[in-house]
Amino acid sequence: MALLQIENLTVEFETASGWFRAVDGVSMSVEKGEVLAIVGESGSGKSVAMLAVMGLLPWTAKITADRMLFEGRDMRGISPADRRKMIGKDIAMIFQEPIASLNPCFTVGFQIEEVLRIHLGLDKKARRARAIELFRQVGLPNPEERLNSFPHQMSGGQCQRVMIAIAIACNPKLLIADEPTTALDVTIQKQILDLIMALQAKTGMGLIMITHDMGVVAETADRVVVQYKGRKMEEADVLTLFENPKSNYTKALLAALPENATGDRLTTVSDFFDGNPEPAPSAGLGVTA
Amino acid sequence: MTDTMLEVRNIKRDYELAAGLFKPKKIIHAVKGVSFKLERGKTLAIVGESGCGKSTLARMLTFIDEPTGGELYIDGDKMDTRPGHLTPEMRQKVQIVFQNPYGSLNPRQKIGDVLGEPLSINTNMSAAERRERATEMLVKVGLGPEHYNRYPHMFSGGQRQRIAIARALMMNPKLLVLDEPVSALDLSVQAQVLNLLADLQDEFGLTYVFISHDLSVVRYIADEVMVMYFGEAVEYGTRDEVFSDPKHEYTRTLFAATPRADVESIRARIARKKAAAAA
Repeated sequence: MALLQIENLTVEFETASGWFRAVDGVSMSVEKGEVLAIVGESGSGKSVAMLAVMGLLPWTAKITADRMLFEGRDMRGISPADRRKMIGKDIAMIFQEPIASLNPCFTVGFQIEEVLRIHLGLDKKARRARAIELFRQVGLPNPEERLNSFPHQMSGGQCQRVMIAIAIACNPKLLIADEPTTALDVTIQKQILDLIMALQAKTGMGLIMITHDMGVVAETADRVVVQYKGRKMEEADVLTLFENPKSNYTKALLAALPENATGDRLTTVSDFFDGNPEPAPSAGLGVTA
Repeated sequence: MTDTMLEVRNIKRDYELAAGLFKPKKIIHAVKGVSFKLERGKTLAIVGESGCGKSTLARMLTFIDEPTGGELYIDGDKMDTRPGHLTPEMRQKVQIVFQNPYGSLNPRQKIGDVLGEPLSINTNMSAAERRERATEMLVKVGLGPEHYNRYPHMFSGGQRQRIAIARALMMNPKLLVLDEPVSALDLSVQAQVLNLLADLQDEFGLTYVFISHDLSVVRYIADEVMVMYFGEAVEYGTRDEVFSDPKHEYTRTLFAATPRADVESIRARIARKKAAAAA
């Protein structure tokens, strides 16, 4: 049984000019211990699809799906109270902006202990011990002192480590990382990716890596879903995707990588759709097997 | 004889942090003496992590910040960077394009006015002439005359960056400083903007100082590469020298940290993962 199974997910927002479809009939599944990368540019609906799973979208969003199962449990009609028990415990998420996703008014120690108190009901002493253990696990130096730090006293990379520590505090079965390294320097990015991958390998949790960076996909994923304008263009295992991409859009993305440049100009997406910047849905969807 | 466009000799910038009640005055050495020479029509890429002083260097090259030491020669002339000593002619030679195209355009200013403003400040052109020049420039950067009367919010990120480039080119500069011009853009848009920059460089014979943290972009666009680390240039050479034989420890760390998207490295990673799972 798949850990997370989504079939025909559609998310719409009401705008001044009618309903806007941000995610259009997307299906995907993640197995236990698997790393799935969702790649696409801004506006491709990659984050919105996962926020819909987490129930983090505003109530104005219209979410429909044929199926949305987490460990066989239907997530569609779930009550807010049940959802709160699940989110943060069984499914956890890491966001792009580490400094913005921590509360500036509380110490990081308070924020990690809050999770342990609500989901695991640990007492004060046990919470502190576990928080120190978690900080050590994510490679924060001097965890005892770090607990009393406020987010603004730490660097972006350290804040992201705190976020990861909070996310893995309850040993989640599924971790969703939404552009976890986009705001970080390339040397720090490497450390954070190594940390996430090491934790994933150790705990065997499912991991969904949302990114726009083909390099990050190449370094982390087992399987890849390529999204464009809310639609799934292609799904393949990572090697097949890079070696033998099926959809025109994936081919265009790979050709636009500066390291794949041939000659003195880069190939752009429009070169692949001669004059028609929007790929026909069949170009990508017809060939996914 | 080589045709040097830009020469920087031992340029420095210190920032003073004000003293507090119990805190003595502190001096931050943001750029600790950097020197380089850049030929006309070439591209120098400056690479480094946040806080290494690469943007401070860009601000000094464009006279936004005054250097605390060192000399700056542009087009063979020594620049007098003291406040009040800069002539409009000096300023015209250098222009800058910033990282965030959302923050660098005034939301209340129409695109035509964005492009016409440098002309109305620095020249005596008539309004009709300014309009004509601005429309021409819009076409050159891949937009159209119909965009003249629109506001910045009506454009996508890639289009805004084109507008920012057009604005920088209005005064016919010789040197263009690009401070992370594509890092806020999507991959496919990034390719279009990089192509545009290459086209403009050929057309106007521009010299670029290209600041970036993305090594794959640098490898594509640069003729020469300088790696900065804590305010110092730790590595400086032609692109091939730096990429094939990095000398400094930090450069090697940087190369090792850059994700690889080629099929061999993916294969190697999967093999490592399988081996780890079997063990």
